[in-house]
Parts: sequence; C-alpha cells; structure tokens
Amino acid sequence: MEADFLLPDAEDPDAAEFWAGCARGELLVQTCKSCGLRRMPPRPMCPRCLSLEFRWDPTSGRGTIWSFIVPHPPLLPAYQELAPYNAIVVALEEDPTLRFVGNLVETPDGAINEIDPATIQIGDPVRVVFHRVEDVVLPRWVHA
Amino acid sequence: MAGPLTDRTAIVGIGQTAFAKGLPDSELSLACQAVSAALDDAAIAPGEVDGLAMFSMEDGREVDVARNLGLGDITFFSEVGYGGGAGCGVVGHAAMAVATGQCNVAVAWRARKRAAKGSRPWAQVSRRITGHWQWSRPFGVIRPVDEIAMLTRRYMHEFGATREHLANVAVAFRKHANRNPAATMHDKPLTREQYMDARWISEPLCLFDNCLETDGALAAVIVSADRAKDLPHPPAYVHSFAQSIPQQHQVMTNYFNDDPLIGPSYACAARLWAQSDFRPKDVPVAQIYDAFSPLIPLSLEGYGFCQRGEGAAFTDDGALEWPDGRLPTNTSGGGMSEAYVHGFNLVLEGVRQMRGTSTSQVDGAETCLVTSGEGVPTSALLLRK
Repeated sequence: MEADFLLPDAEDPDAAEFWAGCARGELLVQTCKSCGLRRMPPRPMCPRCLSLEFRWDPTSGRGTIWSFIVPHPPLLPAYQELAPYNAIVVALEEDPTLRFVGNLVETPDGAINEIDPATIQIGDPVRVVFHRVEDVVLPRWVHA
Repeated sequence: MAGPLTDRTAIVGIGQTAFAKGLPDSELSLACQAVSAALDDAAIAPGEVDGLAMFSMEDGREVDVARNLGLGDITFFSEVGYGGGAGCGVVGHAAMAVATGQCNVAVAWRARKRAAKGSRPWAQVSRRITGHWQWSRPFGVIRPVDEIAMLTRRYMHEFGATREHLANVAVAFRKHANRNPAATMHDKPLTREQYMDARWISEPLCLFDNCLETDGALAAVIVSADRAKDLPHPPAYVHSFAQSIPQQHQVMTNYFNDDPLIGPSYACAARLWAQSDFRPKDVPVAQIYDAFSPLIPLSLEGYGFCQRGEGAAFTDDGALEWPDGRLPTNTSGGGMSEAYVHGFNLVLEGVRQMRGTSTSQVDGAETCLVTSGEGVPTSALLLRK
C-alpha cells in the first residue's frame, strides 16, 4: 500500500546523515560546529556565521502539533488509496522553531489514515517513531 | 515618497485569449495570440518590440515568440521564477528595462495550459525527492493546496479565522466573475451554502477555496510615460514595483522559520510603499493573488490594509465586493472565478480599472494594487491613472 510513496533521495549530501539517523532510530538536527545554531531543513552553510562545518545532534524526539491537514482526492494513487489521511507539522519541544513534517499514527508501522482526524488538535504532545518504506526510514509521530 | 521608477512607464496595451478547460491551441500559439492582441490594443507594430519579460516556467520561449510575431531586435529579455510569484515581476522587469533605456517597447505575458488533469504539476513529480521538498512530500503533503492548507490551519488557530471568512472571499470573487463575460465562471453563481457543502480537497480547505484550472494566455505592453501619452488608451502608469524573498523563506512549505505566517507579502509591501506616493488607505481597489482563498487575508495583512491577524475579519460585511465594499478585490473574478493563469489576469484587470473599463469598475479609482503569489518569492505593482 505504500509501494508508490514519494521518498527522499537518501543520498542527498546535505541530508544523508538525517536519513541515516532515522534508520538508527534517532531524530537528528543539523548543528553548526562554529556557532551552535541548529537548523532544519539541513543545508550546507550556517546562515548566522557562514561556517560550512556542522554536526548532527540528537533531539528529544518530543514536540507538539503545530498544524495539520487532512488531504482528500484527487491525489497520487499511493496516497489517494489512503485518503483521507493526516499530515502534521511538529514543533520540537526544546526549540519550537525547529519543525518537522510527518504523519500522526497509532503505532510505528500503522497506516497514515488509522487515526480519526477529528481527534487531532494543534498543541497535542507527540513523540517520534520510525517506519521503513523500502530503503528509507521515515520519522512519524504518535501521541505522547 | 516616490522612487526612481515612479510613473516613468505605463502599461499601454493588453490582450488575452479565451479562457477554457481545454483549448486546442498550443501554449506557444496562445502566447503569440495574446501578445499580438496586446500590441494591436496599444497600436504598436510588432517590429517595434525590443524587450521581453516572461515566466521562467515557459522555458526559453522568448525566441519562439519573437520569431512568430516578427518582433524587432530584442535588446532586453528577462525571466522571473516561482510560478505565481512572477506575474507582477515580469511587468516590473519590463518597466525597469524601459525606464533605464535597455529597450523601448517591452512585452510581458503568461501562457499556460493547465486545465487537463494530466497537466497538474504535482501529478508529475518523480518518486525520489531531492531538495527541500524531501521534508514534506514523502508525508503526503504533495499538492500546493496541501502546503497552503497547513498554513491556513495554523492561521485559523492563531487568529480565529473561520471557513465563513474564506467563504467571504470565494463568494465575492464569484460575484465579480458573474459580471465579467470573459470569466470561466460567468454563468455559475456560488452561494455561501454551496461553499459550506462543498467537498474537501485538503482540510481545512474545500473545493471553492481553490483556484480554477485554466488554458489561456494574457499579455501586456509597457512603454515610457512620454510615449504612452500618444497612444489610444489611457495609460496605466507603473507607480511602484517590488519583489521579495523574505529572510529564511521556504517556497510553499514555509514552515521552517520563526514566524511562518509572516509571508513574502510583508517584505514586498515594505519596498512597494517606500517608493510610492500612496498608502494602503489611498487604494480603493485591489487585485490580490488568489490561488487559494486564505492568501487573501494573509495578503491584506502583509500589504497593510489591516493589522496582522485581522485579515480574516477584514473580509466581513462584503468588504471585498463591488461596488460597496471597503476594498473591492479581484473585480474580474480573479484566479478563483475568472481564470487561473498564474495571476497574470490580475495585472490586466488592474489596467482595466485604471482605464475605467472593468465590468466591476470602481468609480474614480486613481490607483490599484496588484499582487502575485503569497507563499512563494513574490512581486507586486501599484498602478495609477
């Protein structure tokens, strides 16, 4: 059912380590080695100090729902099959300006439509879980 | 306070094709037809055209347009990116080129065939996602409507906006389209009840929060203010022009900065008003980019017609409706009810308001704001009579 999901190109040099972290069960955030600024999405240069040196720091994996949508058809076939489903934006607990798009599920390997959208609210606490699709592991979220 | 571009150039010719779902002509043919019509309208021969500005999404079409129309030696050409953000941008680039002597007669246009289902850009993405889309598309945030719905839900949460406010937008623009024989939705009224009962596309947005899917083309001819005085139509002067990519902006999925609801319109507006003799309170009519209804309240805030968070309430009491609203907006029906040609129809409607020829003409309008896509690197024009 997820056979035709759109997937990140996990070879992207600016992002490969993020996806490698997911495969190990870690939600990482790119952090400037020079000034310590954390940045999401990843990119080669720190917009504050222009350093090209960075590391990948672990996060709490906890946050709150910043916003959410419930897509309905017409959609790409793989997603249309599951519609209506949810997609959420999560603001990270330790820094709410660090945000991640994902899906809210009941269980790590559950379908993205298994939660009744009427029960989702902005501000709900969530925590990260991980789910493999082909050769990529995607972060997703369950109620905390 | 005026700027170096203020009133130096004017739009003196406008042309458009029919708008429809499924025109037989190619996109290139539509472009040529619109440019030809705009030059006829300006009473300027194609051989005089020496400047071109177009959407980069048309991918190198300048040469084809020049060869088909028998244009003169082109000494200025420019492309503006980011789809719906480019409409005012191409006109502004043409105006700057004329004002600085890089060319004398410039043409800007947009031609697009987007009515066929297979032409939807989101339906043509490749499976492996690179760049910034990899942070949203794998999770099913795929279509532009999904990306804007995410911001809309947050906007509703922070500021108390409701579907009633979005219905104000959709119903107002449809009323204007019902007065405009060129509009796709000319014969189709839209009631508030129909809006409320419509099917979801991406909650919290329903069918009528979306723009149309249209085949069509439009063009505008830009010359110096001196030349404009000798031409058949009243000039629509380019009073002020601005573009913006705000700090830490992300195209469409602008979820990753300190305050995602401060969209590109804020920075664009700051530049636009800084080079203008007018203020928002002086502007009696506006053409605001409306790929999705929530872009209207966000833009009303960004361009300073109200305070932040007040854009939704601004739309109450028929504020956007001709003739009695405080700011009649998208008086041809806009992208939601006239045609969605990446917002270029908004430019032409702005010109008609300055000429006094709109089908929903605002009496005595001396200026008209025209904006391009909110949510992407954008642009805006303030036209004056």
